[in-house]
Amino acid sequence: MLIKVNGKEEEINEEITILQYLENKGVNPENIVIQYNGEIIDGEDVDEIILVANDNLEVLKFVGGG
Amino acid sequence: MTAKLIIDGQEVGSRLFLGTGKFPDKSLIPQVIENSKAQVVTVALRRMNFEAQEENIINYIPDDCILMPNTSGARNAEEAVKIAKIARAAGCGDWVKIEVISDNKYLLPDNYETIKATEILVKEGFTVLPYMSPDLMVAKELEKVGAAAVMPLGAPIGTNRGLRTKELVRILIEEIEVPIIVDAGIGKPSDAAEAMELGAEAVLVNTAVATANDPVIIGEAFGQAVEAGHKAYLAGLGRTKKYASASSPLTGFLNEGAND
Repeated sequence: MLIKVNGKEEEINEEITILQYLENKGVNPENIVIQYNGEIIDGEDVDEIILVANDNLEVLKFVGGG
Repeated sequence: MTAKLIIDGQEVGSRLFLGTGKFPDKSLIPQVIENSKAQVVTVALRRMNFEAQEENIINYIPDDCILMPNTSGARNAEEAVKIAKIARAAGCGDWVKIEVISDNKYLLPDNYETIKATEILVKEGFTVLPYMSPDLMVAKELEKVGAAAVMPLGAPIGTNRGLRTKELVRILIEEIEVPIIVDAGIGKPSDAAEAMELGAEAVLVNTAVATANDPVIIGEAFGQAVEAGHKAYLAGLGRTKKYASASSPLTGFLNEGAND
């Protein structure tokens, strides 16, 4: 199924939680900001929400800036 | 102006605000913050690059700092508002530096969109510090819609060219009640001191610190320059004159009458 991650469409094979998606990418969820279908979500939701087709995920982080 | 800097009712311990971009080694940042005594520290929000993952910048910033996420990357008010809300929801607190830029060559802020974003975010309870091109009418409008401070640029971002907008910034300092914080362009400690001597309440410095050979030492120098400049402003500078005015008495010279 297709989901959108950071503005790009991506095919994922099975129904996985957001946390599993991130772990597959080698991302530590504690250091990032997740926007799921427009809503900011925190720790528990990351572990509970199962991605479905057409979901829109923004994986954001704070970086150096002036 | 009082000796203490108060922004939106909150006392800020240092008049040097520090940006965290462009540091060659992010692990220097805690030491720079400590040596410069900066308290307000800016960060930016970006999409993660899964191929090049880096440590979260927040992990380098001590807990007693005030985080001020910027809205860099926003090209209009709507995008700036969105970024500010995400940053707050992510636990960054209520402070936000509005930065709306659609000019990629000079990175000059869009004052009109900046006013719009400021008005919206103030109503949402943010402490809003807008980065702007120094213009009196715009500064008045920003103040009217509730900006906690106004941050005119000294020169284009990252240029290290100093306080090129001095005459305009001087007018803002005279006419605007909320703190004026010179942001962008400050290239060396003497530029920071110049802005503070003029009566700016603070300066925000990033490139000049991050790209110096030794960011830790120059951070300390900036902290000292800001403090010195502010003290000079409080003291009241002596007048400038066209002709010489002797500092020593012009009477009782030892050679008087020697040839009589």
